[in-house]
Amino acid sequence: MTRLDPTALSLRTVRGVERLNGPVLTLRHVPGVALGDEVTIRDEGGATRHGQVLEIGEEAIAVEVYEGTSSLSLDGTDLELGSEAFRLGVSAEMLGRAMNGRGEPVDGGPPVVPLRLRRVDGEALNPASRANPNDFIETGISAIDLLASLVRGQKLPVFTGAGLPASELAARIATGVRLRGGEPFATIFAALGITHREADFFTDAFEASGMLDRVALFLNLADDPAMERLLTPRCALTLGEHLAFDLGMEVLVIITDITAYGDALRELGTAREEVPGRRGYPGYLYTDLATLFERAGRIRDQPGSLTIMPVVTMPDDDITHPIPDLTGYITEGQIVLSRELHGAGIFPPIDALPCLSRVMNAGIGEGRTRPEHRAVADQLYALYARGRELRNLMAVIGEAALSAAETRVLRFADAFERRFVHQGAERRSLDQTFDLAWELLGAIPRDELIRIPTEVLDRCWRPAEEPKR
Amino acid sequence: VDLGDVAAGEILRVGSLRLLGEVLSVDGDIATVQVYEETAGLRVGDPVEATGRPMLAQLGPGLLGNTYDGLQRPLGALAAGGAARLRPGLTAPALDPERRWRFEPSLADGATAGPGDVLGTAAEGPLEHRVLVPPDAETGTLQGLRAGEFTVSEPIGSLVGADGRRHDLALAHGWPIRRPRPVARRLPVDEPLLTGQRVIDMLFPVARGGTAVIPGGFGTGKTVVEQAIARWSDAQVVVYVGCGERGNEMAELLAAFPELEDPRTGRPLLERTVLIANTSNMPVAAREASVQLGVTIAEYFRDQGYDVALLADSTSRWAEALREISGRLQELPGEEGYPAYLGSRLAAFYERAGRAVAVAAGGGPERVGSLTIVGAVSPPGGDFSEPVTQASLRLAGTFWALDPELAHARHFPAISWTRSYSLYVGHLRRAMARLAGPDWEALRAEAVALLGREQQLLEIVQLVGPDALPDDDRIALEQARIMRETFLRQHAFDPVDASRPPDVQLALLRAVLAAREGLRAALDDGATLESAMASPALVELQRAGSLAGDDVVERLDELAARLRRGDGAAPEPPEVAA
Repeated sequence: MTRLDPTALSLRTVRGVERLNGPVLTLRHVPGVALGDEVTIRDEGGATRHGQVLEIGEEAIAVEVYEGTSSLSLDGTDLELGSEAFRLGVSAEMLGRAMNGRGEPVDGGPPVVPLRLRRVDGEALNPASRANPNDFIETGISAIDLLASLVRGQKLPVFTGAGLPASELAARIATGVRLRGGEPFATIFAALGITHREADFFTDAFEASGMLDRVALFLNLADDPAMERLLTPRCALTLGEHLAFDLGMEVLVIITDITAYGDALRELGTAREEVPGRRGYPGYLYTDLATLFERAGRIRDQPGSLTIMPVVTMPDDDITHPIPDLTGYITEGQIVLSRELHGAGIFPPIDALPCLSRVMNAGIGEGRTRPEHRAVADQLYALYARGRELRNLMAVIGEAALSAAETRVLRFADAFERRFVHQGAERRSLDQTFDLAWELLGAIPRDELIRIPTEVLDRCWRPAEEPKR
Repeated sequence: VDLGDVAAGEILRVGSLRLLGEVLSVDGDIATVQVYEETAGLRVGDPVEATGRPMLAQLGPGLLGNTYDGLQRPLGALAAGGAARLRPGLTAPALDPERRWRFEPSLADGATAGPGDVLGTAAEGPLEHRVLVPPDAETGTLQGLRAGEFTVSEPIGSLVGADGRRHDLALAHGWPIRRPRPVARRLPVDEPLLTGQRVIDMLFPVARGGTAVIPGGFGTGKTVVEQAIARWSDAQVVVYVGCGERGNEMAELLAAFPELEDPRTGRPLLERTVLIANTSNMPVAAREASVQLGVTIAEYFRDQGYDVALLADSTSRWAEALREISGRLQELPGEEGYPAYLGSRLAAFYERAGRAVAVAAGGGPERVGSLTIVGAVSPPGGDFSEPVTQASLRLAGTFWALDPELAHARHFPAISWTRSYSLYVGHLRRAMARLAGPDWEALRAEAVALLGREQQLLEIVQLVGPDALPDDDRIALEQARIMRETFLRQHAFDPVDASRPPDVQLALLRAVLAAREGLRAALDDGATLESAMASPALVELQRAGSLAGDDVVERLDELAARLRRGDGAAPEPPEVAA
């Protein structure tokens, strides 16, 4: 068995592209190439593109080109084959900077001096080394803090539809998150296929909150190479892991929009002539998304945490579309925005019923938030769900046919949306959120609040004053 | 890969990192190998090394309380050794090679022993670990079997066959994960696996040795149901396979299980549990192996004569792993891209469940063990018509359908009472009469009928409003609502309500059903339904789920009697109708 000396081929230039097909380029076999190796492509004019080795056959090698292969020629293209996979130089200096989808500064500032070089695909956390996520994070949004609480190390996506203010909500969360009474987080923002307008919105929002120096931006905008979208979230997460686990910081990574990522993956899959799965997305979409989202977490006995908030646009508001569907199966809950509430002028237009945070139970209650947190959340959910049912019923049979108790629940549902979910530009502390919740519950007789233990009702429940007529 | 003589199923080491791989098929001198780990960095021409054996599960003392990945690498030991991240090529023995276990033989030296016989016991936690002759050994005479402190691989004696061949015996043995362990004979399933969950135990029970599937879209609480069963079921050993699921959830289990107490033994739950964690970001091929590994470990404890529950979350991720591997092999895809053999693979898996007499070639006391399989299914888009759900439904005896509407209203467990079923109800009649109460079957039928009636009535209400219904129907609606709120809903995080013994469950059901007579009587006396519903007994009933204490059954029965009388609602207690 002959082993090739890797140093001898740290960089080799070859010519001889055999086939160009969308983002995939095929060249004849070169010995010693490994899967995942980085490739630099130089066209006739000397301009460079980037790629990585996707597949090695006995006769040919397939290379994925992030910028696509259009206008490359078969015989005028040189390839530089690196001896290893793409690595991102990471350092805390990247906070306050804007980079492209490959982690190169684009803000006109000086180059970043990396502290470490890291492969961007990450290694799976040993499940036995993970710390149980159980620290409440206050976002300042009532519907999230009380009903679907975020905890350190969680991955909680925002499901939105075209035209809904998901960016506004994501920016509010990014600037508003803190541990109770603590510092704001370091935020890493990965933009995939979003417009310049949206990117400017985020930059302005961070600037306005005065925390731009705690934000690192990775921008792959709508007109940037589509295949680079596969790399961008990995760069963002690699920096996130460095800050969280090497430097012990509290890190929030916002990735918007996962739908653009899925579409890039589908484009690559099609070019590779793979058997497509649902709606043309590759069968490994679940696994691929999981390798992004599962990078969230905490490590036992170590400071720092990595929390991920992906934004997913549901095509045609369809939550069963493969991308939101698989995202929901991987992430620990979801925040869902509603077109109806948005239309009614409610901000944030969070539809509480399908929202969920799977890991919140360990992060709330006695000593963390409030002892009655779970019971109050359950009671609000139950009443709101019942109120929505009654709203439908009322549309058919008219309000007069409802009993007094039912009318109360109906009124509660209206107040819940208009006063509790809606909060406009205000940031509410957890205490303010709870006060508001108890105020709303005061309109319901205590015997009907069966999800709340009696001793909690004794302590917290006060009947609402009769509205003055 | 060109290799001389490898067998399908054989394990190989690939590349300079010596990644684990398995031979999928051999065609002439070309073997197709699936590598269990990330293949980035592999080069054409890298060395491949054959091990000459298939993928084996290591079975012996030390399994309980451990956490493995799909290839049986001990994650806890790796974490303690500083491997917070799983790099390709990591290895560690599944069972601690240093640790010594106290072994007491139960067979005399010179006795005849054969496959499946109990050689003796190893001192491991609360459970008596019975050391077995491997099922593939030959019958022979025991030589040098002795008590002492042994590691899992040291010989504890040997078995000499009729032809004079010697087979060394150790505390542990290996078994191919894809081959079901044999049993002497299968037994009918007529005992319930009690889970402490009312909607399951009372309405849709699963038998020991039976199978159950839980399909549900995301957020409907599959994992919560699986974990509730892992925590509260009365199995002696629980094998929990987290297959392609979330790492943080496994961390939650790992944090909770050492703290939680097994209500029957008073020991930490972890001591009866084997966790297999192959999270969604870990390699897909190992995900496929994780389910097979789990069921093999479960069978090993069944063969010792224990009641074992295998919880697989989620079988869909396992099926997707099959699909991904099949796609890479460029096999012709079947429905939705799944390979055509999906149904038969699922059948082979679920059929490893059962209640059986263990193999014991040399005689000895009969050991009866059971293996119950509960598989979660994650249908894309929550659509139950997809292939994995459908194939699983054909195989499972109990079907717990999770309903997103219930989950959104925070009604947990979100098991739909209209779509779920259990084929074991008839088989379990006698056992449930003994464990819960003689009226279980009658009350269960009444409850199912009431919930069915509610469904029909709600459709009518949607059209004409509740006022148009006759009193009996309005009572039925209220009663069904109480049944849903008080009986079917159960709070997984409430220390009392999280798990309930069967007699308490049935007493609560009795009380809920008793409410009808009192309401009927109150309405006959001219009370309105609203005022009748406000009676103290009914208000008490709605909070009865969290009643605690040793006398709960008596208190619930007393409450049922008051409800039947219609206490507090009617001006005078009417005669109790028969």
